[in-house]
Amino acid sequence: MIKAILIFNNHGKPRLSKFYEHYSEDTEQQIIRETFHLVSKRDENVCNFLEGGMLIDGSDNKLIYRHYATLYFVFCVDSSESELGILDLIQVFVETLDKCFENVCELDLIFHVDKVHNILAEMVMGGMVLETNMNEIITQVDAQNKMEKSETFIFQSPRQDR
Amino acid sequence: MRELMVRAMYCEMLGYEADFVYIHAIKLAQQGTVLEKRVGISIFLKQNMYYLQDLQSTNLIEVCMALTVVSQIFPKDMIPAILPLVEEKLSHPKEIIRRKAVLALYKFYLIAPNQVQHIHGKFRKALCDKDPGVMMSSLHIYLQMIKENPASYKDLTGSFVTILRQVVGGKLPLDFNYHSVPAPWLQIQLLRILSLLGREDQSMSELMYDVLDESLRRAEMNHNITYAILYECVKAIYTIHPKAELLEKAARCIGNFVLSPKINLKYLGLKALTYVVQHDANLALQHQMTIIECLDHSDLIIKRETLELLFRITNAQNVTIIVEKMLGFLRLCNDDYTIIDLVGKVAELAEKYPFTIWFIQTMNVVFSLGGDLMQPDLPSNFLRLFADGSESEEQDRQLKLYAVDSYLAVLKGDCSHLPQRFLQVISWVLGEYSCLKEDVDQQEVIRLLKKLLEQRGVSSETRSWALSALTKLCKGPGYAELALELAESLSSSLDTVLRQQAHELCLLSQDSQLHARVLPHPAPSDNLEVDSSLSFLDGFVSDALAAGAAPYKPPHQRQEELSQQRALSLEPYGLSLPVTMSSCTLTDRQSPTFLSMSSDLSVLCVCSANTLMLEGVKRVWGKDGYIPQKEPSLTPAAVDEPSDVVQSPDQQGAAETSLPEPEPEPPQLDQEKQQLASSLFVGLGSQNSMSLLGKTEVAVPRFRRKARQHESASTSGTSESSSNSSHSSRSTTDSFLYGGLLEEEPATPIQNSYHTLNSTSENEGAATVSAKEDKQANSSQILGKSIVSQRNCSKSLPVAFPHSSDSMVLQLPSELQELPHSDVVSLTSDPHLSVSCCRVFREDALLLVLLLFNPTETALRDVAVELSCEEPLMLNTEEYGKLWLSISNDVKQNLKLLTGGGDPLRATLNALKDSLQLHIVDIIGSEGIVACHLLRGGPCLMHCRVHGASLAVWLRSPLPSLPDCLLYHCQRALQEH
Repeated sequence: MIKAILIFNNHGKPRLSKFYEHYSEDTEQQIIRETFHLVSKRDENVCNFLEGGMLIDGSDNKLIYRHYATLYFVFCVDSSESELGILDLIQVFVETLDKCFENVCELDLIFHVDKVHNILAEMVMGGMVLETNMNEIITQVDAQNKMEKSETFIFQSPRQDR
Repeated sequence: MRELMVRAMYCEMLGYEADFVYIHAIKLAQQGTVLEKRVGISIFLKQNMYYLQDLQSTNLIEVCMALTVVSQIFPKDMIPAILPLVEEKLSHPKEIIRRKAVLALYKFYLIAPNQVQHIHGKFRKALCDKDPGVMMSSLHIYLQMIKENPASYKDLTGSFVTILRQVVGGKLPLDFNYHSVPAPWLQIQLLRILSLLGREDQSMSELMYDVLDESLRRAEMNHNITYAILYECVKAIYTIHPKAELLEKAARCIGNFVLSPKINLKYLGLKALTYVVQHDANLALQHQMTIIECLDHSDLIIKRETLELLFRITNAQNVTIIVEKMLGFLRLCNDDYTIIDLVGKVAELAEKYPFTIWFIQTMNVVFSLGGDLMQPDLPSNFLRLFADGSESEEQDRQLKLYAVDSYLAVLKGDCSHLPQRFLQVISWVLGEYSCLKEDVDQQEVIRLLKKLLEQRGVSSETRSWALSALTKLCKGPGYAELALELAESLSSSLDTVLRQQAHELCLLSQDSQLHARVLPHPAPSDNLEVDSSLSFLDGFVSDALAAGAAPYKPPHQRQEELSQQRALSLEPYGLSLPVTMSSCTLTDRQSPTFLSMSSDLSVLCVCSANTLMLEGVKRVWGKDGYIPQKEPSLTPAAVDEPSDVVQSPDQQGAAETSLPEPEPEPPQLDQEKQQLASSLFVGLGSQNSMSLLGKTEVAVPRFRRKARQHESASTSGTSESSSNSSHSSRSTTDSFLYGGLLEEEPATPIQNSYHTLNSTSENEGAATVSAKEDKQANSSQILGKSIVSQRNCSKSLPVAFPHSSDSMVLQLPSELQELPHSDVVSLTSDPHLSVSCCRVFREDALLLVLLLFNPTETALRDVAVELSCEEPLMLNTEEYGKLWLSISNDVKQNLKLLTGGGDPLRATLNALKDSLQLHIVDIIGSEGIVACHLLRGGPCLMHCRVHGASLAVWLRSPLPSLPDCLLYHCQRALQEH
């Protein structure tokens, strides 16, 4: 099961955080900080797995991360997930973002947090991998967007009248 | 509004408080448009609020969102309310909804398994869903459930295999392909499930061989995700019942992983190796050079993984070098978690081979590096091993002297930076053993300890360790002054324990006799008994009560009363009370007999010694019974290659070519590495790795370990010697138990008793069999031997007894009547003979008197007495397995095997069965299981395995001494054969 998904930039500023287990606000912040600390000091040419951080309790958990330009994508998973599988899941996630935002960059994540959350919700649900097919994810997200648009259209017209 | 919400959410992620938004989020989610709802719900997701309304909506997307909310952490008590709604969604026409519903149910299962019990059938339906996506989600559930209880899902193996075969064969729609690999994540899940199902189950495993082979074959493209599948495959192959052909392929796969230039694959390869070496250490040999390279890798994670691998292959010959490597790594790393983990491992290794200077050195490094992070039982384990000492006095002394020397040296230096635990160990050792060393001035030791005591930054726990060491050293009148000084300075200490110890020190130093009694030297190695009920204080208490003191109330009661007295909440006061109380009780317990640190320790040691027993015991019986052994069929897989590598001794060139060498290196470096390799892998592939260089440079330390019964199972290397010793000790106890009972043939006692009988009661045809029995055996309700057959005495019997019909008074011989005895119980009677029995308790023995009454004319010619206390216990293998797990007392022993004529195991067991009335439950390969039970008593289970020329027997029984008895008789029975 996936315990948490974190995205932060090279300076440790969180860009997205999603926890599938309950932690208090403070712990969450601490986890982000510590994870950044662990991940950022690793070289480019070392492996993408990190084991046994004290932060997300227990030795069962491990961190799997990828570094893209200015962003770190970190998944914290327990032993029931396949390491390489998650690594590719990150890839899928990033490709999906890329497709949705057309050349995704850090700013997109800042200004469209809600969208990123929606995409993520279609991929991972409650810590379980729901969908791994990029096209499928985009179809779902698009369907929701379309519905939104049609609704806003209906609602907007009376508002403009006012 | 919506925009504001998004901003608020973002702020919250950055760590600012935004609680005030929540109520607006709820409003938004309830009233707003879909768009606004989504934003509101995103905030919900973060805050775990629940929200049910949308589940009933007809709008697809709303339902989707609601399910997403539900699958987030959901409060347990809300599940019953929402469960029917989610369940309903399982039959929704849209597959995405079904999918989400399945996952939501899985989440419920994780939170509260018992509430979802009734819908297991629906999970099965989900598994058979026509949409592969739904099926995929249901695998999450199955993986979890099978992990918890593989046995009840065995029937699904076939379907999983079919699914996997279809997936691998590309039968799924192209949508599921990822980089042209068909549904890789699905495959990974399925492989995991299969490996769980096939573990230790041959018939299930056989179903999977084909499909595993197929996935191995298919997954040959060079993409990350195929490696993921390969890795799972390999793991599955090594988990399920082994098949040589597959193992070979898997081993090749692991080789590819390990040799891969991609770092991630290397990591996984090492992980796989670590997993595999438990089954087959030879595989590590093949890759030794790669492993050596990984040891010097720049990536700490890879290094750690390598060390983990080495840890698994440690044996007596390579332990020094491996521990050295681990300590080297330990010095470099600064991550708490790693340190704790590694320190534990090093200590575990070191403790396997104690009683060498190396052990002390290693533990010293461990203590100084691991510091206060390490597991708290480490120091006490070390001290226990240290105090127990080894077999030879001299060696022991040397070792202790060495330790004292090294610790004195440590204390002389600057010890302010040393961890507290280390200081505690030092003070204990010095207090206990510094007097072994004659040439060291005790004053010097005392001075150092005093320095430690007065040093700043030393915790009060350490202080009390140091003080108790000082107390041990301060004997004789010469130290009274010092003691007084210490006591004075500490009597104002805030710490009550310290203050009390100082007081004790003061008293003890004045009275040397008391000192000698309280702190005998050398410290008694047997365990001090702690009277936890404090019964020795009873007198004191009753005196105090008589003098008008208030009766003692336990702290919780007192606290209750206190809070009752004052109705207000009294948190701070309430809290402070138990703390002081606990320190009080501690001091109470300590004061009368002065249980110094050492005694506390030894108490602790007893506990740890008790728990030690199961460590390293080979698991033969699994949760559902018998686990077939894997070794025999595993070996053929990997033996070929290492022998290729290594059978070319002395020839460096040949060795080099066959060894995996990714990059050419200067020959000297290479040689160094090979040397390292040979020293690391000694003893793994028996003699062959030794010949890698023709010779080994490393002196092979020979470790001896004190043979102790409770540890006989902990190491394979030393188990033989220890089991021998336990053998001897046990047989002595046995012969003690049975002393006079059966060693001598019963002929003599019977003649004696005839003699007595003849003299006392002429008219009774009675025979008395007196059986001596140890009281111990009696108290544990084991009436000794099973069968006594009188062969020798038959000749002495033809004594005609006159018949008298009028009186049938059964009475004991006069000299026995004086003694306490039980009533004469009639066992059985028929017109020709009646038998009664009576137990007589003599001071040194239990006499079993059998009275035979013969009312007929004919004379008794022959009496054969068969005492049987046990009878076969009819069980089948499964019941046996369950029973085995439920019993804890166990005893292990080696028996000799009967040779000649067919299967030695079967022959031996049959012989035992005939002579001891056992029931042979099953014989599987080289192992057999046997059961019996006492008449109206507990069962005894026996598990035998052929081990070379001997039979390794493992007995379990709820009665503590029954296994010992049975073993003794097994030995006897086998000797007679």
